[in-house]
Amino acid sequence: MSLFKKSAKELQELLHSKEITIADLTKEAYDRIDALDGEVGAFLALNKEQALKEAEEMDKVPFEERGPLFGMPIGVKDNIVTEGLETTCASKILEGFNPIYNATVVNKLKEAGMVNVGKINMDEFAMGSANENSSIKPVHNPWNFEHVPGGSSGGSAAAVAAGEVPFSLGSDTGGSIRQPAAYCGVVGMKPTYGRVSRFGLVAFASSLDQIGPITRNVRDNALLLEAIAGVDAHDSTSANVEVPHYVDQLTGDIKGLKIAVPKEYLGEGVGEAARKSVLEAIEKLKELGATVDEVSLPHSKYALAAYYILSSSEASSNLSRFDGIRYGFRAEADNLDDLYTKTRAEGFGDEVKRRIMLGTYSLSAGTYDAYYKKAQQVRTLIKQDFDKVFEEYDVIVGPTSPTAAFKLGENLDDPMTVYANDILTVPINLAGVPAISIPCGFDNGLPLGLQIIGKYFEEGTVYRVADAFEKATDYHEKTPQTWEVK
Amino acid sequence: MAKLSKEEVKHVAKLARLAITEEEAEKFAEQLGAITDFAVQLNELDTTNVQPTTHVLPLVNVFREDVAVKGLDRDVMMKNVKEQQDGLVKVPPIIKD
Repeated sequence: MSLFKKSAKELQELLHSKEITIADLTKEAYDRIDALDGEVGAFLALNKEQALKEAEEMDKVPFEERGPLFGMPIGVKDNIVTEGLETTCASKILEGFNPIYNATVVNKLKEAGMVNVGKINMDEFAMGSANENSSIKPVHNPWNFEHVPGGSSGGSAAAVAAGEVPFSLGSDTGGSIRQPAAYCGVVGMKPTYGRVSRFGLVAFASSLDQIGPITRNVRDNALLLEAIAGVDAHDSTSANVEVPHYVDQLTGDIKGLKIAVPKEYLGEGVGEAARKSVLEAIEKLKELGATVDEVSLPHSKYALAAYYILSSSEASSNLSRFDGIRYGFRAEADNLDDLYTKTRAEGFGDEVKRRIMLGTYSLSAGTYDAYYKKAQQVRTLIKQDFDKVFEEYDVIVGPTSPTAAFKLGENLDDPMTVYANDILTVPINLAGVPAISIPCGFDNGLPLGLQIIGKYFEEGTVYRVADAFEKATDYHEKTPQTWEVK
Repeated sequence: MAKLSKEEVKHVAKLARLAITEEEAEKFAEQLGAITDFAVQLNELDTTNVQPTTHVLPLVNVFREDVAVKGLDRDVMMKNVKEQQDGLVKVPPIIKD
């Protein structure tokens, strides 16, 4: 039926004219997963029986009671808890864990009438940039199965790019929504810190983590963010800031908009193809009436070091709850101390252990001031860089990633090489501002992403620029090999 | 410094409640050394009088109405516990006799 090729708006029109049902849509998602996911590897636990039952019930709901996302299939990253549906963070230590409540965002998806198709593969505990750290299986890039989909929300981006589901949720601690969105040629938004409740998101680095939407076009993305955003009594860091109707801001008009391009984002280490596509995108934005100036975010080069210290420190504390006592995997041991240390040694993968070790080291007596406190101070300087540019400019643009997706296994041996890939995305999390990645070109048939960064809580402006660019270009219309399947 | 000592690594592993083998201690010593070497570049920046950032939003005292709500049911909370007895979580002995 090829419903997977359509936007939410087109699907709603088909539903309203009774050409299709929500059950058809849901079935097609599972048919596509059956046909493709053996190669893509995006899905973990499927919610098939429940979802098909819900879909049939939802088909009975009168049209006037339905919102713009009603009946749309969605996949949920596996670090977001779903009541009664296995949630593992792609880690052995959570095998068999069935959450006893829903994350706030999952309840909000339900309120919007979305159908949760299943849980989506990721780097274990969201630690990674290639989805090769999943303890269950790697995810393959739908554009070329030999390449990685990015990470840590690699499954979320791949599932949408492959045409398995039109919507997914990811989480972004240092680029984990934007970088896989760029690698897979889809639209991924990391909202302002505090825009979306983190209640029920298994914590990696609490001061950086945000849940965000991944979709194939900007309008669908804006609809999904509006559905999941807002203050939540269960998350005291969620912000009490009104959630606008983002789609109203998709005017296509960016005349007079002031755009900043940081020279650090097009400097050393950024590949020729990424640089060229971003420079072309900037020309396009100028044609559309925006003014563009070069600026400097002088502390950018320190962001990665600060990020690894802070995120690992927070992770070492957050992951202390996985001790084999109350849920998940439990190792055999004859005393309590061995139970802890063996459960964690057998349950966590290498990358997770490495970060727990780094975080514990950074926080330990004698190193705390030199690493952790220093990194927090550098974080202030990085945030001030953004504050200063945003006094004069509406948005900042640059590449999402220095290159297109690399091959599976290519960088695995050297953690520093894999980390360097995050260099364009981590400063945004440290500052807490919102940023989106949208398709802006190709390198050897693999997608490249344009990153648009906005002021605190001005996701609407980011969407307006992204939408104007999307309307003026056709990168989002190019589709991967998986679209040829039936 | 390039590399942490194996003793340092073992101490950190103990703090983190991670059992590690000799081989892992060796590997972590090198990998953590490489990452901390990289982190040393932060010392290029003078951060005297710079306030550390813990959260990016200016949040102070988040209050809500003090309304009692029902908590989760104990039976439900015990659902994922591997070993249990009479509604209690069972663990190996803490003190040996």
